[in-house]
Amino acid sequence: MSTSSVSVLDRARTRVLAEGQGLDQADILEVLRLPDEDIPAALQLAHEVRMRWCGPEVEVEGIVSLKTGGCPEDCHFCSQSGLFSSPVRSVWLDIPSLVKAAEQTAATGASEFCIVAAVRGPDAKLMQQMRDGVKAIKEAVDINVAASLGMLSQEQVDDLVDMGVHRYNHNLETCRSYFPNVVTTHSWEERWSTLKMVRDSGMEVCCGGIIGLGETLEQRAEFAAQLAELEPDEVPLNFLNPRPGTPLGDQPVMDPKDALRAIAAFRLALPRTILRYAGGREITLGDLGTREGLLGGINAVIVGNYLTTLGRPATSDLELLAELKMPVKALSATL
Amino acid sequence: METTYCDRCGEPGGGAAHDGCRAARELEPPRFCAHCRRRMKVQVVPAGWTATCVEHGTLTGH
Ligand code: SF4
Ligand SMILES: [Zn+2]
Ligand SMILES: [Zn+2]
Repeated sequence: MSTSSVSVLDRARTRVLAEGQGLDQADILEVLRLPDEDIPAALQLAHEVRMRWCGPEVEVEGIVSLKTGGCPEDCHFCSQSGLFSSPVRSVWLDIPSLVKAAEQTAATGASEFCIVAAVRGPDAKLMQQMRDGVKAIKEAVDINVAASLGMLSQEQVDDLVDMGVHRYNHNLETCRSYFPNVVTTHSWEERWSTLKMVRDSGMEVCCGGIIGLGETLEQRAEFAAQLAELEPDEVPLNFLNPRPGTPLGDQPVMDPKDALRAIAAFRLALPRTILRYAGGREITLGDLGTREGLLGGINAVIVGNYLTTLGRPATSDLELLAELKMPVKALSATL
Repeated sequence: METTYCDRCGEPGGGAAHDGCRAARELEPPRFCAHCRRRMKVQVVPAGWTATCVEHGTLTGH
């Protein structure tokens, strides 16, 4: 183990593990720069931090796309933008299929079901679909309903609270300084202001992003520090899965070692948050990656398929959780 | 029915040129109809997917 890494992990042991405070940006960067041989120690410490400040439970979630494709925004990683020549076509999910997806998600033992739409922000039609859809889900199945519908007005925030949506996802995607390289149709600050409204409404805040967009390690550390400032209840961590036809379609899949450094660093920046494995874990880290992540600071997973791509079968993740003796967080624990 | 087009990239034929597509398809639903190359309407849900070509019908998978 190198001397400088001993010191950053030692500092983290006191500050993060013992005191429950996240690392600052300079130390996050040091973790992202650890030599290969120190990665296991960083993951081990991140795991201890998660066990101490979050506990052994793992929050399991399913996600579904209510409205796919045709988005007017230009997020350069996204196959659902209507501005690129991506093969993803626009399609709406009907309410009976939405309820069925929620039922199948609940049957895995999941406590969370997130409804997602590829939009800049909701219009009247989408809000009506949400109203009908959330009501139908709540009548049919016991599960927490979350939503991800882009940028919101105050009125829409209030409507979602009224519908019983308990958590809202809105990713900052990347750090403030790199954001204009990835999105030009709206600003990082616009995203931040939606997040503030969500926070003030009492809904839980879910905010993360994508690692491996071409950001530098400094910018990756900046991003973790900005998330820590927001103090989200949940941080979904995606790894870029380069999508054909998008501006980032030829970006290489990130180095799995860098992905593991990022998992440890984000946990050490955010000791108490729900840190969720989201998209790209299969392609970046392979089958073993799920285990390494769950033993390295991750305490939540998306099971089953994603919005436009496929995941491992839910049973593979659930069997792994059983083997690791990590209980699935029960619905009652979150109500 | 003959399959003429790659269901991932929509280009003609099979063979080694589409090895990458076949590997990627393990974690992606099809996007193009293999018979007529139309872009299909694809809905992914947590436990499966459906892909519909107006001419050639609907495929499903997990
Ligand atoms: S706003 Fe969302 S759906 Fe639209 S392009 Fe950006 S990431 Fe994709
Ligand atoms: Zn192909
Ligand atoms: Zn066809």
